Amino acid sequence: MAESPIPLEVRNITKRFGDTEVLKGLSLEARKGDVITLIGASGSGKSTFLRCMNLLEQPNEGELIVHGEPIIFKQTRHGREPADWKQVVRIRAKLSMVFQSFNLWAHMTLLENVIEAPVHVLGKPKKAAIEHARALLERVGLAAHADYYPAQMSGGQQQRGAIARALAMDPEVMLFDEPTSALDPELVGDVLKVMRDLAEEGRTMIVVTHEMAFARDVSTQVIYLHQGHVEEAGPPDQVLDNPRSERLKQFLAPKH
Amino acid sequence: MEALTTWLDNQLADNSIFTLQTLGYYGEGLATTVQLVFLSLVIGLVLAVPLAIGRGAKRRWVRLPIFLYCYVFRGTPLLVQLYLIYYGVVFVEGIQDTWLWVILEKPFVPALIAFTLNTAAYTTEIFHGAIKATARGEIEAARAYGMSQWLMMRRIIIPSAFRRALPAYGNEVIFMLHASAIASVVTIMDLTGAARFVYARYYAPFEAFLFVAAIYLCLTFAILYLFRYLEKRLLAHLKPASG
Repeated sequence: MAESPIPLEVRNITKRFGDTEVLKGLSLEARKGDVITLIGASGSGKSTFLRCMNLLEQPNEGELIVHGEPIIFKQTRHGREPADWKQVVRIRAKLSMVFQSFNLWAHMTLLENVIEAPVHVLGKPKKAAIEHARALLERVGLAAHADYYPAQMSGGQQQRGAIARALAMDPEVMLFDEPTSALDPELVGDVLKVMRDLAEEGRTMIVVTHEMAFARDVSTQVIYLHQGHVEEAGPPDQVLDNPRSERLKQFLAPKH
Repeated sequence: MEALTTWLDNQLADNSIFTLQTLGYYGEGLATTVQLVFLSLVIGLVLAVPLAIGRGAKRRWVRLPIFLYCYVFRGTPLLVQLYLIYYGVVFVEGIQDTWLWVILEKPFVPALIAFTLNTAAYTTEIFHGAIKATARGEIEAARAYGMSQWLMMRRIIIPSAFRRALPAYGNEVIFMLHASAIASVVTIMDLTGAARFVYARYYAPFEAFLFVAAIYLCLTFAILYLFRYLEKRLLAHLKPASG
C-alpha cells in the first residue's frame, strides 16, 4: 500500500514587512496525527508563520507542500505571488483555520456558518452538509445553538462554533491561531477540551498558543520561535521541561 | 381643540375645493409619484450594487469614473440635474429625428432619468460605505475557507453590507419621495403638480398643499413601516440574545 502524502510541509519560509524580516527561514513538517504547537513571545512571528501556511500572508521565499502538492509561485511587480489562485483556493479548503477572534460570519446563524464553505466552496449537497453540521455542533456541545447568531453567543460558544465550522471542511490540517487568547478565563476550558478531543482522535493540528499546559499534554512537537527563527524545537517533555536555550528558560519561567 | 373641530366642520360643510374632480387629480398625481419614485428607486438600486463594488475596486480606471459620477450627482442640486436633462436633450443634434424622441419628448422619462441617476449616486455611496465597513475578520475567514473573490462578494460581503445599509437606505427612499415633488416643475402632474393645479384653480394654497402634505406623510409612514419590518427581520443577527 502506498503511503499517503504528508499533510503539510513548509520549507524555509521567509517573510518581510518592508525592511523588517519577521520570518527568517522557518520549516515544519506536519505528519498525519501530529499536533504541533508554536510558542513564543508576541512579535516572535508565530502567527505570521501560521498565516503563511494558508497564504493569508504571502511568504517572500520558501516552499509550501500541501498533501504532496507544491504551491506554485510566480514573481510579479508586487513581489512573489501564487501563480494559480484556483490552486490556492483548493489548498485553503484543505487547511481550515480557527482564529483568535472567531470570525464567524455575523449575518448567518451558527448552522449557516458551518455549512457555508462545505456547500459553496466544496460543492457538497446542502442536505448532507446540514446533517454533518448538526453532528459537529453536537460534538462541540452546541446542538441547541444551531439557530443562534454569533452575536447571541458567548465567546467560548462562538469559538467552539468556529471549530465546528473548521471541522465541516474535513480538513487535512487544522490551523489554530491563538484560539483561546480572546476568551474570558472561565471559557477557555471548554474550548481546550474540544481541542484535546480532536488531538486524541488523531487530527493533524498546528496550534499557536500561550496555553503551556495544553502544549505539554497534547503536542507531539513544540516549536519555540524567537524573532522569526526557531530557537528550540522537539517533543514537549524535552522543550518544555528541559529547555536548553536561555531565552526559552526565561520565557517559561513563571512570571509574577 | 374646539376651535379646530368647528373649523374642520365649516370647511367640509362649505366645500367647493375637494370635489370628485380635484380628488381625481390627486389620485392621478399619487399614481404618477409612486410610479416615478418606485421606478427610479428600483433602477437606481440595480445600478448601485455593481457601482458600489466598482467604487472600491483596486484599479484606478474602475474606481475613478464611479467616484466622479457620485461626486457630480451628489454635488449638484437635483433640480439642476432635472433641468439639464429635461431641457438639455433637445439640444442633442438630430435627436428629434430618432425614435428616442418619442419617449424623451414627454417629461416623465427625462425626470425618471434624472431621479434614477441621482438616487443611484447616493445609494452607491451608502453601499460603498457599508461594504467598506465589513469586519476584516469575516473577510479573512472567507479567504481562509477557500472562497474566491466573487464568491466572497456574493455570499459574505454583499449580504452583510446590505443589512448594514438598510437604515441609511430607508432614509434615501424617503428623501427620494420628497425630492420627487420637483417633478412638477417640468409639467409632470405628480402629487405636488396636482396640488399646484388645485391651488391655481381655486387660489386656495393652504387647503391644496396641506392636503398633499398629508398624503406625503401617509406615504412616508408606509415606507418607515416597511423598513422597520425589514430591519426587524434582516437585522436580527445584530441583536444580543434576549433573556
